[in-house]
Amino acid sequence: MDTFLGLDYQTWWFLVVGGLFSGYAVLDGFDFGAGAWHLFFREETSRRIAINAVGPVWDGNEVWLVIGGGALFAGFPIMYATLFSSLYIPFIVFLVFIIFRAVAIEFRSKEKMAWWRKTWDICYSISNIMLAFLLGVVLGNVLQGIEIGENYEYQGNGLLEFINPYSVLTGLSVLFLLMTHGAIYLLLKTEGGLYEKLTYLVKRSIIAFVVIFTLTTLYTLIFIPHLSAKIRTNPMLYIVPLAAFLSIANIPRLASKKKYLRAFLFSSLTICLMLILVAIELYPNLLLSSLDSKHNIDIYNAASSQKSLKIMLTMVIIGAPLVLTYTIFVYNTFRGKVKLDEHSY
Amino acid sequence: MEVEILSRIQFAFTIAFHYIYPPLSIGIGLMMVIFESIYIKTRKKEYENLARFWTKIFAVTFGLGVATGIVMEFEFGTNWATYSRFVGDVFGSALAAEGIFAFALESGFLGVLLFGWNRVKPWVHLVSTIGVFLGSMFSAIWIVVANSWQQTPAGYHIVGEGFNARAEITDFWAMVFNPSSVDRITHVWLGALLSGAFLVLSVHAYYILKNRHVDISKKAFKITLIVATIFSLAQLFTGHQSADGVSKNQPAKLAAFEGHYTVKAPADMYIMGIVNNKEQKVTGLKIPGGLSFLLEYDFTAPVTGLNAFPEEDRPGQVNAVFQFYHLMVMIGMTLIALTLFASFLWWRGKLFDKRWLLVVFVFATLLPQIANQVGWFAAEMGRQPWVVYGMLRTSDALSASVNANQVLFSLILFTAIYLLLFILFVYLIDKKIKHGPYDESVSNDRPLQNDISNVVTEI
Repeated sequence: MDTFLGLDYQTWWFLVVGGLFSGYAVLDGFDFGAGAWHLFFREETSRRIAINAVGPVWDGNEVWLVIGGGALFAGFPIMYATLFSSLYIPFIVFLVFIIFRAVAIEFRSKEKMAWWRKTWDICYSISNIMLAFLLGVVLGNVLQGIEIGENYEYQGNGLLEFINPYSVLTGLSVLFLLMTHGAIYLLLKTEGGLYEKLTYLVKRSIIAFVVIFTLTTLYTLIFIPHLSAKIRTNPMLYIVPLAAFLSIANIPRLASKKKYLRAFLFSSLTICLMLILVAIELYPNLLLSSLDSKHNIDIYNAASSQKSLKIMLTMVIIGAPLVLTYTIFVYNTFRGKVKLDEHSY
Repeated sequence: MEVEILSRIQFAFTIAFHYIYPPLSIGIGLMMVIFESIYIKTRKKEYENLARFWTKIFAVTFGLGVATGIVMEFEFGTNWATYSRFVGDVFGSALAAEGIFAFALESGFLGVLLFGWNRVKPWVHLVSTIGVFLGSMFSAIWIVVANSWQQTPAGYHIVGEGFNARAEITDFWAMVFNPSSVDRITHVWLGALLSGAFLVLSVHAYYILKNRHVDISKKAFKITLIVATIFSLAQLFTGHQSADGVSKNQPAKLAAFEGHYTVKAPADMYIMGIVNNKEQKVTGLKIPGGLSFLLEYDFTAPVTGLNAFPEEDRPGQVNAVFQFYHLMVMIGMTLIALTLFASFLWWRGKLFDKRWLLVVFVFATLLPQIANQVGWFAAEMGRQPWVVYGMLRTSDALSASVNANQVLFSLILFTAIYLLLFILFVYLIDKKIKHGPYDESVSNDRPLQNDISNVVTEI
């Protein structure tokens, strides 16, 4: 098997996909999170500012989903096919809400009637809450394992099996984490009354996250022991959950000092560490079969050929610096507090 | 109903809906680049207003393109799992290239394009506009490369058997430059550029008719007419190249285009007609030997007919393929006639004298849209019963674990939400068109940009 810097191509591609998913979770995470708060803001101006805080970037953030999905398809087609066809309903509902959210952003500002704006505010908020929750639900199902049988085909009935205690817990964890993340993003982008309100809301969401996340962790340790097996046998890896714990603890500390840029970096770091934890727990598996471990999908049986992976890794090496350059350029252009102008939503 | 037919309906519906928007983005993108470049060169404010106006319309089409595009990507996995496993290795690199080199470029600069007018220097803004435009053109390349590979596979080998069979890439450049990709990319590009150009023509013709924004609209109309004329003519050439390629690589599809059944015989070219697939007859207006002449420059050259292929290996819906193909060709000819006639009037200095011509241009925006849609229908239905030509049948490409109820559920949801999206699209475009380009005469009393922070503090 070919290797590059000591790691095989499959592992490299696993890292690429992981990196893209982390980027997506951090970026679309803050705009889902910010949107989930929407109904908590009472004044029209506050709502407009909140939407315009994500206005220039939400489209670009969704690109990470397209690219992340594409990378999974490209590198691990079997994983892509099985995951999407077995979690058919949640993925379709996710798509519907992602469209609905875009519609709400576009429609809302176009008419001035109060009922019009209120309707779209509700749609916008619910869509964001559902999107964050569904991401967590999918994650929960992947961690817990699904009924995969012969030929990597899903054996369940595919209707409501995706809703189960664990996936609801992971769904809520992701929701509260992203709401914290989104509130901090908004704190960076707002001033005055809205800012004051957010300083209060962010504290509440951190508490909610910590409570739910503790429950999720306990559930994982008790009912899904296979997930923590790798960390228990390899004490070096304890550093990751420890870092995650410190990173979470750092958020309220920095928030109370009103150092929101740093708090945002730490909420981003927390999201990444959570995903790294997921990656460690799964590797080299991608999707566990709850029927029989011989049907597990891992990075070797799901991967594209060496040749294909090599071509794609070359592209990433050429392309990643380019993408990074103009992403920084765009964020730099729009740094600072939101000012509504004639181009605003 | 069956999973297969439901999945096919869903895919056809979502892709057809998606395909309204990216071509418009590409086409409008070019016009934005042109208008903004003229502004940078001449420093005339009116061209900046024009570029800004079209940027707003572009934003709508782009947003809808992204939203409906994510659906397409997900559907490969949700509904066509076997297909995804089969093509993943080959498509992987095309998709990766699209994501990294095209889509990221496009979306990255989009924020600056839409919201950066007051934040960056004019030339930096122009660079962003060009970045977005090029990104959308590159996107088209990779998507059409992937689709062309399904039509004319190259640079691969098959590993595994039965359920586990899949195509693996052996030669990246052979995959990229498979026999049909270049012809089809240029054909798709021009179709996209025409759809944008004709929208610009339509809107400005409307303004001229309504006596609003007349000066700037006349200028914009003329510039765009040049673009539309050149591309309409060029489309004839790429169309011919494509048909030529189809005759070599997918003779069954070409035979279906013209309803040509006899195994080896001179083939006619129909202007219009109806195919009776049972009796293998076409009734209609034809040029005898026309297809033979088009391909071989000889009215008596034999062309392979549908009967040369086993019944189960050739498209079943011959009449539909025939009609879609002919509608596309007919529209292409109409666009050439229309743009040449308008250019002729311009040359005689009478371009805006004929109101009826402007009315025609207002509605002509639908023509390239229809041509793009039916062209793809002809291309994709003509490929049947294969999803990957000669290798994987559409009926074998489904997700084995997905049942009809699930697909029905998603189909209903998509229908509802796409209806909403379409209303949104028409509503937004209508609103922006009614609002019109920014007008100097009313703009002077526009409030300065409010520093909203003051307002917020008061609340």
